Amino acid sequence: MFQSLSTILPELFLAVTASLLLGFGLSKTQDRSDIVRNIAAGLLVIFGLMGFVLDRPAGTSFNGLLYNNEFSDFLKAVIGLAAAAALLLSKHYFKSEKLDRYEFSVLTLYSVLGMSIMVSANNLLSMYIGIEMQSLALYIMAAFNRDSLRASESGLKYFVLGALSSGLLLYGASLVYGFTGSLDFETIRASIELTGATSGVIAGMVFLLCGLAFKISAAPFHMWTPDVYEGSPTPVTGFFAAAPKLAAMAIIARLTIIPFSDILGQWQQVIVVMAVLSMLVGALGAIVQTNIKRLMAYSSIANMGYALVPIAAGTVAGIQGMLIFMTIYVISVIGVFATILQMRLRNGMVEKISDLSGLSKSNPGMALCITFFMVSLIGIPPWLGFFGKWFAFAPAFEAGLAWLVVIALVMSVVGAFYYLRIIKMIWFDEPTREFILAPRTVRFIAIASALLVFPLLVIPGTGIGIAAMNLAETAAQALFAQ
Amino acid sequence: MLIGLHHYLIVAAILFTIGVFGIFVNRKNVIIILMCVELILLAVNINFVAFSTHMEPVAGADPIAGQIFALFILTVAAAEAAVGLAILVVYFRNRGNIAVEDIDLMKG
Repeated sequence: MFQSLSTILPELFLAVTASLLLGFGLSKTQDRSDIVRNIAAGLLVIFGLMGFVLDRPAGTSFNGLLYNNEFSDFLKAVIGLAAAAALLLSKHYFKSEKLDRYEFSVLTLYSVLGMSIMVSANNLLSMYIGIEMQSLALYIMAAFNRDSLRASESGLKYFVLGALSSGLLLYGASLVYGFTGSLDFETIRASIELTGATSGVIAGMVFLLCGLAFKISAAPFHMWTPDVYEGSPTPVTGFFAAAPKLAAMAIIARLTIIPFSDILGQWQQVIVVMAVLSMLVGALGAIVQTNIKRLMAYSSIANMGYALVPIAAGTVAGIQGMLIFMTIYVISVIGVFATILQMRLRNGMVEKISDLSGLSKSNPGMALCITFFMVSLIGIPPWLGFFGKWFAFAPAFEAGLAWLVVIALVMSVVGAFYYLRIIKMIWFDEPTREFILAPRTVRFIAIASALLVFPLLVIPGTGIGIAAMNLAETAAQALFAQ
Repeated sequence: MLIGLHHYLIVAAILFTIGVFGIFVNRKNVIIILMCVELILLAVNINFVAFSTHMEPVAGADPIAGQIFALFILTVAAAEAAVGLAILVVYFRNRGNIAVEDIDLMKG
């Protein structure tokens, strides 16, 4: 019993403190949104680091519903830190839009709780509960600016397509349950080992992966992404682009590696198709965009395609590559949204890409930050994005998916076009606008992420990069050892 | 005629298809979309309960898990409907109507 409780300590901690915080924020006399936000960010950091500090034994809890190991600890750390950064970014935006409500911080905590259940789920039921817990909080966050037509429209679109994706996922879960007789990942694996790939299991697996593809916005289930990214408040978009994607990617990895490990040939085809389509849609769709948030939506579709490439390999190196790629992607996307939040004129935020023209003359620091992120997203060495793509594509190449890697590289080159267009606009066009000085937290997060994607981490001698890589490797091995 | 497992599965599959098509084909009202979502979830529930009651007693089979899953789906569907309707009310206050063809401020 106590062993059970100690394995879910991070989730328990988050659930209890989030509920307490919900009560604490409720005050008739004073506005406590600032205090609640700071406490929530602190809680998220503690939650993220908990797995490493506590040194708990890996194991199952609650009759095998959850399985905690280095894999879930690694993901919880990244998710917790990314959510804390996104929460801190929201402060000044919500203040200036007169939206400052403490419920936002509590919703963030609850959605992170859902993600945390997702990444340690060891059963189709706990996986579903985790996904729904995350999604229900995210729907509300998308429509958080309730006086804005755009925000409520994006919330509505997100809700309808999210509910549809949950339906697909559940239908898949029911088929898998019916044809294997269990909801538990390991029992499913044992059953598939026994019976082989029956058509029912394969249909269920395809439905499950389609439902999850909605959550990571992989093509052909990406149609909600640009609208939701554009309509939602910018800090919310930054949060959407980072943590939930990582959690859903982790559950895809877990599903393919544990219950469906024996039908690799079948799920590999699904993953490969989604990867190729995402890379195509992401690279080609972004070219015509004029809004920077929509551009980032297509960029995230393309990046999810790249992240699916190593999963298709189905090896330890593949999962490690996915974890490294996604971590680097999360760092750069948080940084990009920190710079988008700095695009503020006297009378409000602007979101056009052309508003950035000539930024190098009016605000060289911000221009340098954006350039770093764009170069990293293109994947030019020695920026971190290059290493992300290296670790993502090399395992796929070794697993015999050379043609997939070729497509990924070609699409990276096509994608470089629109990133380079932004860089050209910033450095070579005439300035049109002058942004007002951004608040300190936003600038700090932008600069910190810019320093992280610049090879601060890979400077020989510091060892941070090596340590992070080793963490990802232990995480990937833990997933296979289960 | 003896009603077996596959009859239930066919009913569930038909309901599921109606639900999915209803979401994409319907151009009139968002409430209908919410109904279609419920239809999908209930189709899944039929699947789960039917599988659960017709499960062969082999090693590792867990017939009761399906029924528990169905209960969880009902609970989550209620929460989902609450959140969905709340967002819809907010949207209606801003837009003035809830016709599906008017939800086109942003083109994806």
